[in-house]
Amino acid sequence: MKLPEINLYLIAPEIILSVFGFLVLLLDVFSAKEGKKGYLAILSLIGVVIAFFFTLPLMGSTQTGFEGMFISDGFSLFFKVLFLMIAFLTLLISMGYAHREGIELGEYYALILFATLGMMLMAAGSHLITIFLGLETMSISIYILAGIIQEDRRSTEAALKYFLLGAFATGFLLYGMALIYGATGSFYLKDVASHIASKNLLRNPMLLMSLVFLTIGFGFKIAAVPFHMWTPDVYEGAPTSITAFMATGVKAAGFAALIRVFFSALPAFRPDWTMIMWVIALATMTLGNIIAISQTNIKRMLAYSSIAHAGYILVAFVAGNDLGTSGILFYLMAYAFMNLGAFSCIILLGKKGEENTLLSDYSGIGFKYPLLAASMTIFLLSMAGIPPLGGFMAKFYVFSAAVKSKFYWLVILGVLNSAISVYYYLRVTVLMYFRESEREITGLQFSPASVIALILAVIGTLYMGIFPSNVLTFAQRSIAGLM
Amino acid sequence: MSILGIPILSFLIFFPLLGAVVLLFIDKQKLETLRVVTLLLTLVEFFVSLPLFFIFNSKIGEMQFVEDYWWVQSYGISYKLGIDGISLLLVLLTTFLTVLCILSSWKAIEHRVKEFMISFLLLETGMVGALVALDLILFYVFWEIMLIPMYLLIGVWGSPERRVYAAVKFFLFTMAGSVLMLVAILVLYFIGAKTTGQGTFDVLELYKLGIPVETQYWLFGAFALAFAIKVPMFPFHTWLPDAHAEAPTAGSVILAGVLLKMGTYGFIRFAIPLFPKAALDLLPLVCALALIGIIYGALVSMMQPDLKRLVAFSSVSHLGYVMLGMFAFNMQGVQGSIYQMLNHGISTGSLFLIVGMVYERRHTRMISEFGGLSKVMPVFAIFFMIVTLSSIGLPGTNGFVGEFLILLGAFQSNVVYGVLAASGVILGAAYMLWMFQRVMFGKVTNPKNEKLKDLSPREITVLVPMVILIFLMGIYPKLFFSKMDVTVEKFLKDFKGKVEMKADAPQPKVTAELKK
Repeated sequence: MKLPEINLYLIAPEIILSVFGFLVLLLDVFSAKEGKKGYLAILSLIGVVIAFFFTLPLMGSTQTGFEGMFISDGFSLFFKVLFLMIAFLTLLISMGYAHREGIELGEYYALILFATLGMMLMAAGSHLITIFLGLETMSISIYILAGIIQEDRRSTEAALKYFLLGAFATGFLLYGMALIYGATGSFYLKDVASHIASKNLLRNPMLLMSLVFLTIGFGFKIAAVPFHMWTPDVYEGAPTSITAFMATGVKAAGFAALIRVFFSALPAFRPDWTMIMWVIALATMTLGNIIAISQTNIKRMLAYSSIAHAGYILVAFVAGNDLGTSGILFYLMAYAFMNLGAFSCIILLGKKGEENTLLSDYSGIGFKYPLLAASMTIFLLSMAGIPPLGGFMAKFYVFSAAVKSKFYWLVILGVLNSAISVYYYLRVTVLMYFRESEREITGLQFSPASVIALILAVIGTLYMGIFPSNVLTFAQRSIAGLM
Repeated sequence: MSILGIPILSFLIFFPLLGAVVLLFIDKQKLETLRVVTLLLTLVEFFVSLPLFFIFNSKIGEMQFVEDYWWVQSYGISYKLGIDGISLLLVLLTTFLTVLCILSSWKAIEHRVKEFMISFLLLETGMVGALVALDLILFYVFWEIMLIPMYLLIGVWGSPERRVYAAVKFFLFTMAGSVLMLVAILVLYFIGAKTTGQGTFDVLELYKLGIPVETQYWLFGAFALAFAIKVPMFPFHTWLPDAHAEAPTAGSVILAGVLLKMGTYGFIRFAIPLFPKAALDLLPLVCALALIGIIYGALVSMMQPDLKRLVAFSSVSHLGYVMLGMFAFNMQGVQGSIYQMLNHGISTGSLFLIVGMVYERRHTRMISEFGGLSKVMPVFAIFFMIVTLSSIGLPGTNGFVGEFLILLGAFQSNVVYGVLAASGVILGAAYMLWMFQRVMFGKVTNPKNEKLKDLSPREITVLVPMVILIFLMGIYPKLFFSKMDVTVEKFLKDFKGKVEMKADAPQPKVTAELKK
């Protein structure tokens, strides 16, 4: 019997994340009870940085490992960099926040590391089971993280809701995968594609069903309409740092797996899923934007905005060309910066027992906390797609991909959506700069780590808007082997 | 030409930005320092831009002072700048008006001075950038950058009652138009990439494309919508009176003086040369809207009780002339149109300054509150009279030259347009003079007006350059025409060349019908 080939070097970043995750768990047991858990966050940060440095040397070559179940190509490495970046910023944001909200738990940091590990596996899976394992690792960690503030009822509710619906969606996903196996006899993405091509399974009912089920499963993770129902409640209830993590990381991982499975395994069904996704993209953008207008809580508003952003990204998915796929990668990175930035602003504006997440709490802070408000303005305008910020360039690439594939109406409806979205993003700036504060927000303590995260996010958002070339080239090179 | 090793156009774009950064480090309590520093910065900007006027070679119709670097090479987006006879004058107008705006805000802006000055400098960066950009994406970026400072100017320093409404309306109107333009830009890019094999956003390259007429209609429509909202043409003008009425004086001046010109400039730089056939075919529509704007704007002005709204609606009327002249597609019309852009910047800008000065004294803009001011404020009355006459277009002032040429051009292209537009001149005289009479003449009926102070030296300093320009442009227009002659000739030659070339091309639909 031949031993399976094992190339640990390929999964070094994943190994490091798990090791540090367990280390954090272990040290947690031996450390003092209250207020002394900050070093665990720093330890996790170190883990993320080391994992990052083990990811870099893998760049530039495509290798598979573990009997072809795991692939390390440009696409997965781009996402690994993205996930590590998101984890890094999330950990920074969390440091002050967790302490403030009394989340004195080592597992908080460990779970962030494990969730990141899951995301990385999702991007690197070339086998449906690998992708599924990654997805579950990520999801279960996030379920716990969403409900980690046990005394907060909304947090617990968020976790339960997310868990129940998430488990259901996972069921669909798994069913879809099983049907693919049933029809083609393989879990390997490449084999599935070649089976479909060689045996002409284009009208195979099992595969068509699986297409629908996979769309549902992934649609849930990326919060696409009509599988978005959980988003506002969960985003509102979960700890803000975790909301940021979900909106950026989970969404990006969902897209990574969606692109990988659909483009590698099911390219033959492109005409079918293009139609489905066209409708979903439009519904997602429109519904997200329109409902966002009527929100009074900024976390809920950003939840709907994140739904809308999933819609814009799906526009590029529909386009289905090189430009679109690299556009998606660019978009997810820009979105990570601006969204994490916006959430860190939200965190900085709160204090213990006073979250200040109502829109009216933002009245008049423009001249009281000028730098905080200016950063928030940058993030919101970037989400609205105003140049010269990252969000503009991201939308530009996404829409140009769709124009290239001649989806003119989708683009026109998309940009009009973008114009609608300006309204609610602007409303926050209206409150911040044009209105007097209704009540004083005083005694804010800016945690240095969150401020660093904020500065990094501002730099990232501006950099991707003013000098988009480098990231775009990186994204374009990353999708080379995929299409 | 370059300054400190930086090419002049880049310098003009980024110097105000740098200035804004400098202001960040000044204590916000030191109001006087902030004002002086900003004034100096804008003066430097103006004096750096001034030599352009003399160095500019008016014998060449091509772009000058060109800078061309890659921005995003893989996408064909470049950082390409350059000016011709049209943008040269508009850039100068921008730098000139900005100085006066800062000067006029000396007393009017009392709170959050630092933020005001920073916004204004950012606005200047956006305006200059949009005027000199020769790459569509670069233009779009600056076009949008202008929005944010203007939005803040209206929203933060506007008059208390409806500033937020006006600011948001301004932003949304402009944004809605420009996103569709972005789609059109993308479509254009891919048409270019398909025909030449090399995608580019360089306007000068895109001019050369032969775009199918059917597609031209769509693309022209998208561009025209964005620009028509900005101009604003009837029926997209509804944001303008609100924005003008609520904005602080300096905001109104720069909005009328430069931002509205971005719309007309957009037509002449982008929409018409890129899609000449569509422009020609849609000429009746554009001219009809322009004429409606002229007459409707004038009639509504007449009924306004509020001085600022009156001037705002007069802008709708004046910009109607600009559009009409441009779409006459002859030398007189186009030259008159460009001249009128400058005139409007100066005359209407001055009118807003003057209204602002009265407002600072009385904190009201209602015409009914005034009367007999000429006795109380004689110096003010002289300036007001000159500006009013210039706005009406009295011979000897700048307004006459522009309107006359536009009418000349309009009559040549279509007598009906000419006749209707000329009737607008009469209406223009009517509402301006009536307003002037109600504000300035008669007895002082309102006791609050009895002790108004006449203009201060600073205010006179603001108005004198305007008045000098009014007469200079009225008496010696050649100075300015000589700069744009060749450019406009080239514009018309290219336009006619392209339109005729298209007409010669086989038109399948017609032949199909003939075969039947």
